[in-house]
Amino acid sequence: MAAARTPARGLGRLERPALAGVLVREVINFSSYWRSATFSATVEPTIYLIAFGFGFGSLVSTVGGYDYVDFVGTGTVATAVLFSSAFSAMFGSFVKYKFQRTYDAILAAPVDTEELVTAECLWIALRAGVYGCTPMVVAMAFGLDPSPGMLLVPLLGILAGFGWAGFGIAVAARMKSIDNFSYVVSAVLTPLFLVAGSFFPLDNLPEWAQVLGELNPLHHLVELVRGAVFGYDSWTALLRVGALVLFGLVTWRLAIRWMERRLVD
Amino acid sequence: MTSALRLRGAVKRFGPITAVDDLDLEVPAGTCVGLLGPNGAGKSTTMRLLTAQAIADEGEIEVLGRRLPEDSKAARAECGVVPQLDNLDVTLTVEQNLRVFAYLYRVPRPERPAAIERSLEIANLVDRRHALVDQLSGGMRRRLLIARALVHRPRLMLLDEPTVGLDPQVRQELWALIDQLRSEGVSLLMSTHYIEEAQRLADTVTIMSHGRAVASGPPAQLIREHTGGEALEVYGPPARLREVEADARAAGLPTRRTGTSIAILRLDRANGAAPEGERRPANLEDVFVLLTGEEIA
Repeated sequence: MAAARTPARGLGRLERPALAGVLVREVINFSSYWRSATFSATVEPTIYLIAFGFGFGSLVSTVGGYDYVDFVGTGTVATAVLFSSAFSAMFGSFVKYKFQRTYDAILAAPVDTEELVTAECLWIALRAGVYGCTPMVVAMAFGLDPSPGMLLVPLLGILAGFGWAGFGIAVAARMKSIDNFSYVVSAVLTPLFLVAGSFFPLDNLPEWAQVLGELNPLHHLVELVRGAVFGYDSWTALLRVGALVLFGLVTWRLAIRWMERRLVD
Repeated sequence: MTSALRLRGAVKRFGPITAVDDLDLEVPAGTCVGLLGPNGAGKSTTMRLLTAQAIADEGEIEVLGRRLPEDSKAARAECGVVPQLDNLDVTLTVEQNLRVFAYLYRVPRPERPAAIERSLEIANLVDRRHALVDQLSGGMRRRLLIARALVHRPRLMLLDEPTVGLDPQVRQELWALIDQLRSEGVSLLMSTHYIEEAQRLADTVTIMSHGRAVASGPPAQLIREHTGGEALEVYGPPARLREVEADARAAGLPTRRTGTSIAILRLDRANGAAPEGERRPANLEDVFVLLTGEEIA
């Protein structure tokens, strides 16, 4: 029965009014919490920059040919994208279906799970694209030189943010209790975020760690952002974009599938 | 008469539990049907089947002429849903909550402001439009929940326990609101376990027990059919009540416990065998307990 049930609610079509309805809900809600969201999105990277840039930067002045502040300032763009996408998707969607029952209200309206999840991913991706730029802007205040490639950074943030949003929603759909998120944060997100090349380059790590690094979507984002700011030196950038597109497609479909199972009996 | 919704042989299982078991239910257009049943009878699952938030394992479901679950989205666009558990956006204002729903239910742009105004008036919350939902009283939140479901002028309203946990004053205020909707021609399906609510609002009542419809009809007719129209209440100490109960059953008369007395029904068949007691008109509660059993699940 379970297999026959999946398409029963009309999967496969994304109607614009349905997407717009869910997005409008998010935008109106954002108007009530944008201050705290913007505060943490700005203050957090500033702290990282000061802590690592000055603390660590006093020991090493250049890393991989970059000023350490420039290195961290571009590297933590990925951190900011992760924090504003994966985390808000995990906790936000868990709260919305479990405690506030918002998703129940939305699915009673002419909106299907596929549209709900897609709109949520789009909204989180957009936010991550904007907030992802804050470390770079802060780093500019600390001496990072502006470059035209920086205009690509929000787009990269949106692309990666979409994938992390799907990841977060998919995880939330599988969780029985909010406490279980600690497993995902400690065992998955923290290692990925530390071994992404944000704070130190992966080149000097053992080979197995470098291979693992290439499986880390966050690492691709770090490299793409540095390339956008300082210039790309090879075609691997396109492969990295491809990897992020693939990451987004997989997590998006998984999020829809698992949420449908969670929300529709 | 066309029907606003119809279930035929609907079955919904959750693992080993059959929540809805071969249920037949119909809401004729323009009427209010009360779905009455004890907790766990399958009322909420039935409600979720109608919005395809639960998919039936067997049976046919039709809402506003559309087959479910295939065409459920089109049906949902013309339904208003009032959930049992409040799911308003609590950090938004009253007006913002209505605006969100005007978008979700695809009210065309030029009609949106008027639709929101209309809903504010229905909920009697025009003065509180800028208040955050968190600051509203329980009754106001319920009114907003109903008004939110009306923003797109639905043809069918699905209300799941609309007045659960509210004061009698607030409850009668909501009843007036629901009655007004019916008089405007909106079809209503309302699940409830408040018997007075069903008796006052519903044109017909379906009593559910263990996922099945055990009786269906206008309240007055159900009372006549199942109780004979009058009940005899016998008071006394517990031992005496047990005796009265046993005697009545031996005489073939149905009884029900009220907690403080035994009510004997079907006095029309008593042939003078009834004991001393107070006669009163039978009510829907007598039918309800008679049909759904006295044991607490």
